[in-house]
Amino acid sequence: MPSVQHVTARRGDTLVLVGTVKGLFVLRSNPARKRWDVGGPYSAGCPVYAAALDTRAGRNRLWWAQQSFRWGPSLLSSDDFGKTATSPETYSVKFPADAGWTLKNIWQICLGAADQPDVMYCGVEPSALFESHDAGQSWSMAQGLFNHPHRPKWTPGGGGQCLHTILPHPTDRKRMIVAMSTGGAYRTDDGGASWQPRNENIRAEFLPEKYPEFGQCVHKIAFNRSQPERLYLQNHWGLYRSDDFGNSWCDIANGVPSDFGFCMVVHPHDPEIAYIVPIEAPEFRCTPEGKLRVYRTRNGGRSWEPLTRGLPQKNALETVLRDGMAADALHPAGIYFGTRSGKFYGSNDEGKSWQLILEGLPAVVCVKAAVVGDGASGSAVSKSTKKAKAPVSKPRKKTKR
Amino acid sequence: MAITFHIPSYLSAFAGNRNSVTLNTGPPTVGEALESLWQLHPGLRDRIVDEQGEVRQHINIFVGNECVRFTGGLATQVPKDAELLIVPAVSGGLAFPDEFDT
Repeated sequence: MPSVQHVTARRGDTLVLVGTVKGLFVLRSNPARKRWDVGGPYSAGCPVYAAALDTRAGRNRLWWAQQSFRWGPSLLSSDDFGKTATSPETYSVKFPADAGWTLKNIWQICLGAADQPDVMYCGVEPSALFESHDAGQSWSMAQGLFNHPHRPKWTPGGGGQCLHTILPHPTDRKRMIVAMSTGGAYRTDDGGASWQPRNENIRAEFLPEKYPEFGQCVHKIAFNRSQPERLYLQNHWGLYRSDDFGNSWCDIANGVPSDFGFCMVVHPHDPEIAYIVPIEAPEFRCTPEGKLRVYRTRNGGRSWEPLTRGLPQKNALETVLRDGMAADALHPAGIYFGTRSGKFYGSNDEGKSWQLILEGLPAVVCVKAAVVGDGASGSAVSKSTKKAKAPVSKPRKKTKR
Repeated sequence: MAITFHIPSYLSAFAGNRNSVTLNTGPPTVGEALESLWQLHPGLRDRIVDEQGEVRQHINIFVGNECVRFTGGLATQVPKDAELLIVPAVSGGLAFPDEFDT
């Protein structure tokens, strides 16, 4: 097994969790975010698609999901940034025996609001939502979503039938939106008892009906917690924004080289700003023209600009996957992403310039950023009071692509 | 009559740091023998079988030299004084999904 390194972190440090197909790496830096210590690999040899740092209630608890191809998927935690890990004797996230399903992977670990420090969620494959109300000690499956009548028609994409996005409304405890591939976006307004598809105007290129009620392959949805009604969505073809927590979506693919892609990150302090990495097409899942470009909108999707300083602009056929990008909550915000080719980039100035922080990693499938000891519920937590502008475009006419 | 399970080293931490576990009763089938093993060491169960009680895809269980996948699975009869081996399968080069993602 590889030599495992450990990091030590103090309050105010930034921690970036980099999940790869061969284990979890933990990167630490001081607030300047110029030099990084690297810990790991933890769960060496196992894919790690999900990770989180829980800083609520005075904790600094690292969580990650290892997908051991032999021993099955399981959730681990550490209170010393990975040095010692706790693996429960019996797996905590698993389907009830009578559900008839077998857990294949844990795709998302989501922390509840800061004032609900014991609430956590997991999104899994096959698509289901699990919740914990005792800080991850015990978990239960959300029955309302599991028993949804649409379930038989949700079909797996290339990565599997996964529920990969969980966005609990930060102030209305009964509301939450989740996304799965395929299936699309679903929302509950009654604490999980019932779920409604929320995919109006989102297209499904791979179905006969291009704008179905559900069945879309939504790759990622993101928001800024200060304005949760505003959602940004990266689709399997399509970039969208909602200003009503998913009731309707408008097309915001204005000036991007491709509206195909996986990741989507919203600025932690300004809900007008979002980041993506366009990918050429499903048939060629690489950055267009061999240029590694992060695209940023600063006006809610009215326009996008390429961010390239420090990123290779030729012979860079890269892919950034759906959870491969994250932001920290410092000022200025740090933006980070990892590639399938094992490169990890970071920006300590909100994307103006980029630094190749690590290379030679296994394929990166998950990046999460957090500030040690900040008490927030995960990365990208805003205290901004900046107001978003009015919708910038109307829903695009439902025409064939 | 007794049977002995041989535990892979990765799982010994969930079997009281032992590499073998002997049951002094002889359950008639592999499935029943495993149930007896879980009662002694519950941490082994989730790592060897899935939620449906099926042996995980990349784990093999042998009775003597015979892999139970070819002898009736969990219904395979366990002879007197048998040795059961729990062995990680040779699964090198496992292909991950082409895109790791949809």
